[in-house]
Order: sequence, then structure tokens, then C-alpha cells
Amino acid sequence: MLNILDNKLDNTPDDTVNPVEQFLRSDRMPHIWCPGCGIGTTVNSFAHALIESKIDLQTLALVSGIGCTGRVAGYVKLDSFHTTHGRAIPFATGLKLANPKLNVVVYSGDGDLSAIGGNHLIHAARRNIDLKVICVNNLIYAMTGGQTAPTTPGHATTSTNPYGTFEPAFNLPHLVEAAGAVYVARWTTFHVRQLARSISEAFQKKGFSFIEVISPCPTLYQRRNKMGDGLDTMKYYKEKSKVKHGAPTSEVGLTLNGEIVVGKFVDRDRPDYQTMMRAQYVETLGERYIDVTDEEPETECVCG
Amino acid sequence: MIVTLWLGDLVAKGRVSIVVERCKACGFCVEFCPTHVLALSSAFNSKGYHPPHVVHPEKCSGCDLCGMYCPDFAITGTKVPQASAKQASGGEK
Amino acid sequence: MKADPHGVLTGTHFLDGDHACCEGALAAGARFAAGYPITPSTEVVERFAARVPTVGGTFIQMEDELAASIALQGGVWGGAKAFTVTSGPGFSLMMEHIGYAAMTETPCVFVDVQRGGPSTGQPTLPAQADMMQARWGSHGDYEIIALCPNSPQECFDLTIKAFNFAEEFRVPVMFMMDEVVGHMTEKVVIPPADEIEVTPRKHTKKSVEDYLPYGTNGDMVPEMAHAGDGYKFHITGLTHDERGYPNMTPQVQDKLVRRLQNKIRSAADRICLFEEDRLDDADVVVVSYGITSRVAQRAIDAARSKGLKVGKLRLITAWPFPEKKIAEVAAHVKAFVVPELNLGQMVHEVKRAADGKAKTYAVSHAGGGVHNPDEILNTIVEASRC
Repeated sequence: MLNILDNKLDNTPDDTVNPVEQFLRSDRMPHIWCPGCGIGTTVNSFAHALIESKIDLQTLALVSGIGCTGRVAGYVKLDSFHTTHGRAIPFATGLKLANPKLNVVVYSGDGDLSAIGGNHLIHAARRNIDLKVICVNNLIYAMTGGQTAPTTPGHATTSTNPYGTFEPAFNLPHLVEAAGAVYVARWTTFHVRQLARSISEAFQKKGFSFIEVISPCPTLYQRRNKMGDGLDTMKYYKEKSKVKHGAPTSEVGLTLNGEIVVGKFVDRDRPDYQTMMRAQYVETLGERYIDVTDEEPETECVCG
Repeated sequence: MIVTLWLGDLVAKGRVSIVVERCKACGFCVEFCPTHVLALSSAFNSKGYHPPHVVHPEKCSGCDLCGMYCPDFAITGTKVPQASAKQASGGEK
Repeated sequence: MKADPHGVLTGTHFLDGDHACCEGALAAGARFAAGYPITPSTEVVERFAARVPTVGGTFIQMEDELAASIALQGGVWGGAKAFTVTSGPGFSLMMEHIGYAAMTETPCVFVDVQRGGPSTGQPTLPAQADMMQARWGSHGDYEIIALCPNSPQECFDLTIKAFNFAEEFRVPVMFMMDEVVGHMTEKVVIPPADEIEVTPRKHTKKSVEDYLPYGTNGDMVPEMAHAGDGYKFHITGLTHDERGYPNMTPQVQDKLVRRLQNKIRSAADRICLFEEDRLDDADVVVVSYGITSRVAQRAIDAARSKGLKVGKLRLITAWPFPEKKIAEVAAHVKAFVVPELNLGQMVHEVKRAADGKAKTYAVSHAGGGVHNPDEILNTIVEASRC
């Protein structure tokens, strides 16, 4: 345990501003995430990536699903959409297709994206829709009280596997690479700077980018499995993570308390959905095609 | 030869700002500060958590790793504009 | 405002209801559709897929109806007028997102070309058994608008109306076709664009500082912004306050849900469209909608030629239910006869609105075909004797 020293707090009231604050809905702080939860940490990396990549915030839209990570949408000061469980990706697809100049980020959890949302995940990757997906993977369904997720490693204890899980877990980087993602990376909440850099890189890329962030859920996953608190988990990430850029994704599966392979696994180029769509229509329709995939700002909204 | 070190000349390169009411005492900032500037205090915020406080201000480099780690947006480190800092002279006979 | 000529296929055409619906959507300004194939609705989006690249918009066939029903809403928030089409099984899948559209006040159109059910049922045959589902299919308290065309011409005209209502009230509108209307081919006249009125998106002109996503200035429909306009707004399906922020108090719940209901109910006079004929001297009034109304017409005419005093009330708007009109008519008639291609759905609403002042007779039909006019006539005769 940490040493607790004297009563004096050195909290200098000053006008120092956290660089992350400009991206937050300060009127909604403090947030609902538990002590030691890593979601807020991922938001810091996200914010730093926004600063670093100089993205025009007006063109940034953030879409989330349901779950603890889904609450990110409500805390960021951006055009943000808290949609239904598992359906952030198709909503984001519609947003991007209707307004191609938007930079659309999907920020959601492992259960939301890979269980109920799994079908949409693989199709969007297949189509190479230009979306940046940040998947915070806490290996559990946290918001609803700690049920087994497709990412829960065996043989963890959860509320719906009270005697331990026995199903194999998804290897998400492997899944999305196979489905067609052009950028796949994994970090943990310990790797704050590397995560920010990956998010920045994803912003430079056109196509389906997927960044998995392993994060603690101290209240449910870690507690039920006697793995300590958030800090203990962060120390575990520090100790057991191995950076292996370019590792074959088939080899990066997670095990209970095992090694965590992190790094940038996939960075490849192939035309995104709108590029392919445009090319097809130009080839078949020629002059008759009215191109709406242009990313230049429109002069008026198409709805009239 | 005697080595003289002016402690006062080790000017802090950074300083930490803490939003006490947001803190949930997770301990990330204390653990991951590279120069161990922070420790959890024995004071309470209104939710009953012990926020961190600065115990080694002179060691703060303003790297903002504390801010990057904090899941509650409760702390940030910033660099302090440096005047010309006197160097400690060292050496041995 | 007038329709955008790019989307208007002015002229006299020979089209089926599905095709006419697609043209109606284009004329209304729809420039985004997300769909999933399901008989007997598929032709609507097949035509849209063929038309929209030269009109200026996007169609995407999604991987399932769950995706289609939410992708179209992403399209709306990205700035487009958007819709999807489906039939029974797909309509069931879309219910969560119809609720999401109602809760977030996303203007959009869901076309349901009804077929035999339940479950897979009879994909190529008609029914009208999704009428209650259109109203109550999603969970929670919410209101929608539902329109029922009875011809390919109406599939064109009323689709435009559906989009206009959607934009005016910021509500999902259910366009309740049926397999016969969808697959029957008739003359469809599409007027010039400057003769078509379309309702524009209720886009806010407020400054970023003043704008509240769910703030209302007296009128119950908030102004909208789109992603990318600079407002940095938040939208959620959670119960929310005027800022769009989640709020878990009973007070905010009450305020929000009642406003969602009242914004439609208070305008019921304007929204409830119907067609009436010879009600003044009627003893019996036949209440019908969709394809059944055309069969009913034959029965009504036959009854009149027998000397029976029968009136017609054709529902064009099924929801909100025109209870005021039914109550008015109930005061001076003996009975209502309600033929439907189901085992009794809208008949319950008629009975409720009649409130005992007139009797109500259902002429149910399990679907798979249309009524024989004699079935309806027999019930009219029986009702006249009561």
C-alpha cells in the first residue's frame, strides 16, 4: 500500500489547464467510472492524439454503443452519439456515408463491439469503411455487473460463469485483421503514450482502423478473479506486456494472467469503401454519376 | 575538494495541479510518476477519497505522465518556464 | 419548399407500389437509404440503388436489418433524409431502432410492406397484421405516425407525406404498405418538381452558445443540428434533458416522454388523414385501409345498390388513430364494419373510440389473399339489421 503522509495538500489554485480538459464536458465531471477503471486513461490518450494530429474538431464525430466504455460519448465535447448496444459501427457508417468530410471515431467496449456488435465489426472491416475504432477491452461486461464476454480469458470467474469460463476467447486483432482491417494495434492502459501515437496514426490512415486497449475493471473482473485493484492491474500490464510490432495476430491471444502482446500488428493499404464505390460508379456510369464521396465541405446540407 | 550543492538551485522544471474533487485515489499518478513527486495524502475530498499531494516538488519535470494516466482527469503536470538555472558543480579529488 | 428536380421523375408511369414508393422517397428528397433484402419490399431499395447514383446520394445494403435501421439514422444525423424498407421479420428486428429514432427524435421513414405472418409466414402474400406492431412494437412509451397507401399512386404521394411528417415532427414514420399494393402495377402520375411540397429539415439557426439539442421554444419539436456543423452536441437513447445529457430522475423522464407523446397527439387533427364517402345518411360505416379498402369499396357499392345506407371511412393515417373522427361518426351511425387482413387489430381501436355509441363488427382474414367482397357485404348486411 502507498504511504499516506501528512494532511497538507499542495493543491496550488492556479490557472493551469489540463490539455485534456478542452475535450471534456466539464459540467458532467466527475464521471461514473470506478476508481482504477482505465477508460478515463484511454480518453487522455485519445485527447493527446487529437492535439498531436491537429484534427479539425468540427469534423470529428464520436459514436459509442452501450456499456461503460460507451459512456465516453457523453463525456467528450464533440458531436457525439450514444447509440444502441452493438450498433455504433453501422450508425457510424451511415454518418460517414452521408457526410464524407467527417472523421468518425467509434469508441466502445469489447462486449459491445465483438458480441452483439460482432457482425457489424466484421462487415465494416471487410468493406474497409473509413472508421477509427477504439475498442476498450476490459475482458468483461462491466456495466451490467460482470458477465462473461467473448473476450473473457479462460478460466476466469464471472457472474454468468460462476464456476469459471470454459469457452475460448476471441483474439480481436486476429479477427479484425482477417475481416480486412487496414490498421490493427493493441496497447494497454499502461501504454499511454504509445496508445496516443497509434490513435494519431489511425487518423492519418484511410480505411478501417482498430485499436484494442486492454483496461482494468477492478470492480468486477479483477475483484472476482482476485487480481487486486486497478493499480495492481496496471503493474501487471507493465510487467507482462511485450511490445512486438508486426507480430502475427494469430499469436497474440490473451490468457488469464498471461503475457500481453502489444504493438502495431497490421498497417497496410487498400482502398476504402467510398473510394471503391466512386471508382465503380465512375467506370460504369461515367458522366452520369453524381459523386457524393467528395470530402470537400458542402455549401448546403443535402436535406434542403 | 569539497563539493557544494545548492539545493535551492535545483529549480523544478514542472508543477502539478490537482482537481481534488475529481480524484478517486486509484494511485496511478503516484506509482507512475517517474521521479516520485506524489504520494496519497491523508486528507479527504468530499467523496471520502485521499487525493495525492506533491511531496517532492523539486523533482517535477512537468512531463504530465500523471495527467495522462489519471482516469479521472484530476491531475496534470505542466512545464514551468525556466530562468537560467544554476548547475550543481560536481567532481572529486 | 419545392422538391429538388434531380429526384423527381416527372411523367406518367406504369409502376408497382414498391417502385412508386422509391420514386416518392426520391421526390421527397431522400438521398440516403440503408436496406436489407426481404420479400416483398426489396424492389423499393433495388430501384433506389439504381437511381440514386445519378441523382446524388448513397445506398448501402447492410448486413442485417439491425444495421440498416440504425445506419439510416447515422445518415440523418450526417445531414440526409433517409429511410429503409422491410417486411414482417425485418420490421421485428428494427423495433429497437424505431424506439431509438423516437427517443432521439430522428426524422426518418420505415417502410413495411406487410406480408403473411407470424414469423416467416407467407413472404409473397399479403396481410395487414403488423398494424399494432407499428404502434407498439418497440418498448416504452413513444408515438409514431403510420400511413397506409392503397394504390401505387398513393405509394408515391403518401411517401412524400411520410417524409414531410417525419421532418415536421422529428419522428420515425411507418409507411404501412402490403404485398398487394406493393406488387400491383398501375398508372402513377409524377408531377413536375415545382408542384411537390417538401418539408425541409428543422435545422437550427441558433448560435453554438444558445443551442440546446432538445430545447423547445413553446412548440414541442426541437431544432436539429448535424454532425460537423460545429455545435458539438450529444445525442443518447438514455432519458435526457434539454442539453441531451443523460438524466435518471422521474421528473425528467416524465417531461421528456410526455412531450414525445404530446408533440404528435396535439397535432392529430393535422396528421389524421382519411377519405370519407356518404357518411351523412349512413347506418353502417365500413372502416378500412390499404388494399382492403379497395375490396371494401366493391362491398359498399353492392350494399348501396341493395338499398342499404352504407358509408365509407378509409384510414390513410392509421396512427395516431383518428379517434375523434370515429367518435363523431359513432354518434350518428348504428355500426362500424372493419375488414382487415388480420384477426382483428385496428378494429379494437375503432371499438375503443366508438365507446359504446355504435356497434363494431370485425371482418377478419388471416392473410395470404384479400377478402372476397361478399364476406364484407355479408357483415354489412348483418350490421344493418342490428
